[in-house]
Amino acid sequence: MKTDTITAIATALSDSGIGIIRISGDDAVLIADKIYRNAKNEKVLSEYDSHTIHYGFIVDQDQNIVDEVMISVMKAPRSYTAEDTVEINCHGGIFMMRKILELAIWAGARLAEPGEFTKRAFLNGRIDLSKAEAVMDIIHAKNEFALKSSVKQLKGSVSGFIKEMRAEIIHEIAFIESALDDPEHFDLESEGYGEKILSMINRIEERIKDLIRSADDGRILKEGIQTVIVGKPNAGKSSLLNVLVGEERAIVTDIAGTTRDILEETISIDGIVFRMLDTAGIRSTEDVVEKIGVDKAKNAVEEADLVLYVIDASVPLDENDASVFKMIKDKNTIILLNKSDLDTAVTEENIYEFEQNDREDSCQNGIKNKIIRTSMKEKDGIELFLQTVKEMFFHGDIVHNDEVYITSMRHKEALMDACNSLVQVKTSIENHMPEDFYTIDLMNAYEKLGLITGEAVEDDLVNEIFSKFCMGK
Amino acid sequence: MSVENKNQIREKYDVCIVGAGHAGCEAALACARLGMETIIFTVSVDSIALMPCNPNIGGTSKGHLVREIDALGGEMGKNIDKTFIQSKMLNQSKGPAVHSLRAQADKADYTREMRRVLENQEHLTIKQAEVCELLTESHDNMVESDDRTAAKKITGVKTFTGAVYECKAVILCTGTYLKARCLCGEAITYTGPNGLQPANYLTDSLKKLGVEMRRFKTGTPARMDGRTIDYSKMEEQLGDERVIPFSFSTDPEDVQIDQVSCWLTYTNEKTHEIIKANLDRSPIYAGIIEGTGPRYCPSIEDKVVKFADKERHQVFIEPEGIHTNEMYVGGMSSSLPEDVQLAMYRTVPGLENCKIVRNAYAIEYDCIDPRQLYPTLEFKDIKGLFSGGQFNGSSGYEEAAAQGLIAGINASLTILGKDPVVLDRSQAYIGVLIDDLVTKENTEPYRMMTSRAEYRLLLRQDNADLRLREIGYEVGLVSKEVYEKTLSKKRLIDEEIIRLKNTVIGAAKENQEFLSAHGSSSLKTAATLAELMCRPELTYEILAEIDPKRISLPADVVEQVEIEIKYEGYIERQLRQVEQYKKMEKKKIPPDLDYNDVSSLRLEARQKLIAYKPVSVGQASRISGVSPADISVLLVYLEHFYRRNT
Repeated sequence: MKTDTITAIATALSDSGIGIIRISGDDAVLIADKIYRNAKNEKVLSEYDSHTIHYGFIVDQDQNIVDEVMISVMKAPRSYTAEDTVEINCHGGIFMMRKILELAIWAGARLAEPGEFTKRAFLNGRIDLSKAEAVMDIIHAKNEFALKSSVKQLKGSVSGFIKEMRAEIIHEIAFIESALDDPEHFDLESEGYGEKILSMINRIEERIKDLIRSADDGRILKEGIQTVIVGKPNAGKSSLLNVLVGEERAIVTDIAGTTRDILEETISIDGIVFRMLDTAGIRSTEDVVEKIGVDKAKNAVEEADLVLYVIDASVPLDENDASVFKMIKDKNTIILLNKSDLDTAVTEENIYEFEQNDREDSCQNGIKNKIIRTSMKEKDGIELFLQTVKEMFFHGDIVHNDEVYITSMRHKEALMDACNSLVQVKTSIENHMPEDFYTIDLMNAYEKLGLITGEAVEDDLVNEIFSKFCMGK
Repeated sequence: MSVENKNQIREKYDVCIVGAGHAGCEAALACARLGMETIIFTVSVDSIALMPCNPNIGGTSKGHLVREIDALGGEMGKNIDKTFIQSKMLNQSKGPAVHSLRAQADKADYTREMRRVLENQEHLTIKQAEVCELLTESHDNMVESDDRTAAKKITGVKTFTGAVYECKAVILCTGTYLKARCLCGEAITYTGPNGLQPANYLTDSLKKLGVEMRRFKTGTPARMDGRTIDYSKMEEQLGDERVIPFSFSTDPEDVQIDQVSCWLTYTNEKTHEIIKANLDRSPIYAGIIEGTGPRYCPSIEDKVVKFADKERHQVFIEPEGIHTNEMYVGGMSSSLPEDVQLAMYRTVPGLENCKIVRNAYAIEYDCIDPRQLYPTLEFKDIKGLFSGGQFNGSSGYEEAAAQGLIAGINASLTILGKDPVVLDRSQAYIGVLIDDLVTKENTEPYRMMTSRAEYRLLLRQDNADLRLREIGYEVGLVSKEVYEKTLSKKRLIDEEIIRLKNTVIGAAKENQEFLSAHGSSSLKTAATLAELMCRPELTYEILAEIDPKRISLPADVVEQVEIEIKYEGYIERQLRQVEQYKKMEKKKIPPDLDYNDVSSLRLEARQKLIAYKPVSVGQASRISGVSPADISVLLVYLEHFYRRNT
């Protein structure tokens, strides 16, 4: 019996130097061949012996090199799952692994369910009988976790959006089905139905494509590297955010707030998603409202994966800066010496001194922070800043919860499937297929979208038919 | 309950059938034809195969069921071919999957003809009697080899007169008769359909055996005196010019008869006003009716209330037969009082002066939650007890007949010590119907719909013989001769498809001219005939001109060839899905599996699995509340279970 081929990232997603993408199933080698070529620019995986490892490259749809890899082929039954298995050893880091995983899916693999490799290994007799209990527990736990994180991470607006589309789709399916079921009652031809449904499909397809695009920018999930911008009032924090957004590396949601509260933007820098929080300026104050803002900023820093500390370099450091340094001492921080276009009052040395003072108080455990001179006004230093951020990310200096990437991938896969189904409906319409063929693919799109919001299909269609259309004799 | 009588009659049979409606008739015929000594009980021999509601057999998806019953060796298709008075293939402008035959029956002829078949069936006894009690023996008396998961075993039935009929299996096909109650406004009668005697005792016997009962409701419209209807105000609805028979065994020439017409008219605002003004007198809206009614077959008062924005509803006037004036008023079933009924019907164009022969009424009856059954239609807890039809919570003559046939087959096979027949969702609408009934939660009488069949492109009415003749033959209800006919049909289809796929048409001038003459784009390179057939504007018939080597083939073969080629892409896709589906169906779950031992199952899933004892992982996956993760856990557990036990 043929099994479908699954893929997943086999190593931890974050800070390791090497990552492994595993592909398992009947078509594993075939699929890997589509995205691999060796140093001689050949696609030859299928010719390699079992249990051999090879140097080569992962290439994308356009044959551009994505990463330099070692790739190993293990033929059934001598592999972890006892199926044909390919393992791609690539450079570590979320970005690279995710890219390769996406390519494997593009090439025809399916994203593995939580615990699916273990399940297959067990079902194929690779795991000892005594471990059955443990295997079941793993499957159970992984699924529970995935379910929870999936629902938790889904942005409310996206969930509503998908539910709306599903409602539209099921309504059309119900309309067609009621016409098929009660042909003397509902007449599809006379109402120019083909055109009507075509415009609906085009509309929904566009919306899904939007969602797919935004999946990469982190607009679907509350994902991304939690980044907090701190500094004294008027140091240029908001300007930094504006520059980043203005560079159009970014767009996305804004959560309501005032400058005394926290402003959040999600931005994407070359595919790495950051959730940027702009905080209220830090200074000792008696103003109650402002104090609340400062406390919130402190809390945000606590939870941050990365802190951006903006200093107005034209004004000497003071006790407020001291309290900021205290706040960020254990954090990954980039210090931006801003307003480099004005006369300089703060130098790198001043900063080191300040940090030093602070460290003496707190027993010396901080890391040397990166310092970059910038001018938000002249947009100086921004490129260097972005470069630094990317390096920190790829070196694994920045670590954060990675489960969200898998969820996001799962959602993206479901969206693409839904989109493909809608394209299939359009093909059916173009080929003058009868309407009962439309519902096959519409139903598929409906089901796939339901995977994202966690809604099972059950008797949706029959319920929709009876509640919206007056049927029967 | 039964009369005590020391000198009571005691007889022995293999199978007792309770009820002689559409389910009972198929069940009885299947058992008797498989050599079982069979007795069928009915409260009235005159009501064998009665059609107490609409005068049709077939319709969307129901037509599929009739075809499947016929392919398996059942009777319904043959019976309607002998007694129809109008026939139509519905949805002809749509895809082949949703074409459905529907015939108007002469109700009296239908009943009479089926009764004649029953009366002439060897091994079959007809008995007018009310079965009041099921006789069982408990687990303790059962021999070692018996199925230990069922607590009881059936041993016979007892009738109202005290007579006992011992048997190995009982098939309950009680329709709407159990504790039946008919409602027409304030007038309530405790009768079965058409004023027939209800069965008031069996429910209690079932409850004593631990069977959970529930109450459903359905309804039927009034019958009019045809002489009082003005057809000139209605649209005439004709049958098809060329009638296609239901049965694969009927010669198409035999069904080209003079057909009668049906008529279409509409309700209007006046009708709706009368209904709304009298809702307080409707037993449903007054809360007198307890049973759950079907949403697909709403009463006219339901339609007016739930779809208040609709200005009119269709009303179909259909003859009840050719020897009667009575006309069925399709679309206007009701439980409103008699005076309101008359007033509302008389607002409909053409019915202004109508006289009602029989009032519309709603009927309530006892039935079961069919999740107490295995897919074989045998009770999980009572060995030898089977059931079919409305008793199982379905609705419709065809749904009933299909279940009756399967229950009859499985009761017989069980007695013969053979493996039962379970059709799966990829094999037949009957499979979908029974799987839905025994697996899913149904809160209303279940009606078949094509949208319930996920592989409907494969389950067409035109290929029911190709799908199911073999099974009918293996069971023993289809003769060798008939089966071989199907085999040779299949061979012709396969050969012709291969030929069309291998016959290449070049880009020669005359071929290009042929294509442009039929509005088809010209060939850039050579193409096969099969490839050309995939073009929407070209058909097998049209292509004859450029296909000189073609041999003449029967119409039913050509039909299959055309469908298989034209829709190949879609069919292939469904076949791939079926492959995945079958994998899970093949993974059987032992009936005595202790789900409490599977600790990683979520609580909800565990409770549902304990309650419904699915027979396969596939069935388990369709129970609401069982998640894909639970299925993964179950798969691992079963693997562990089977490996440990081998």
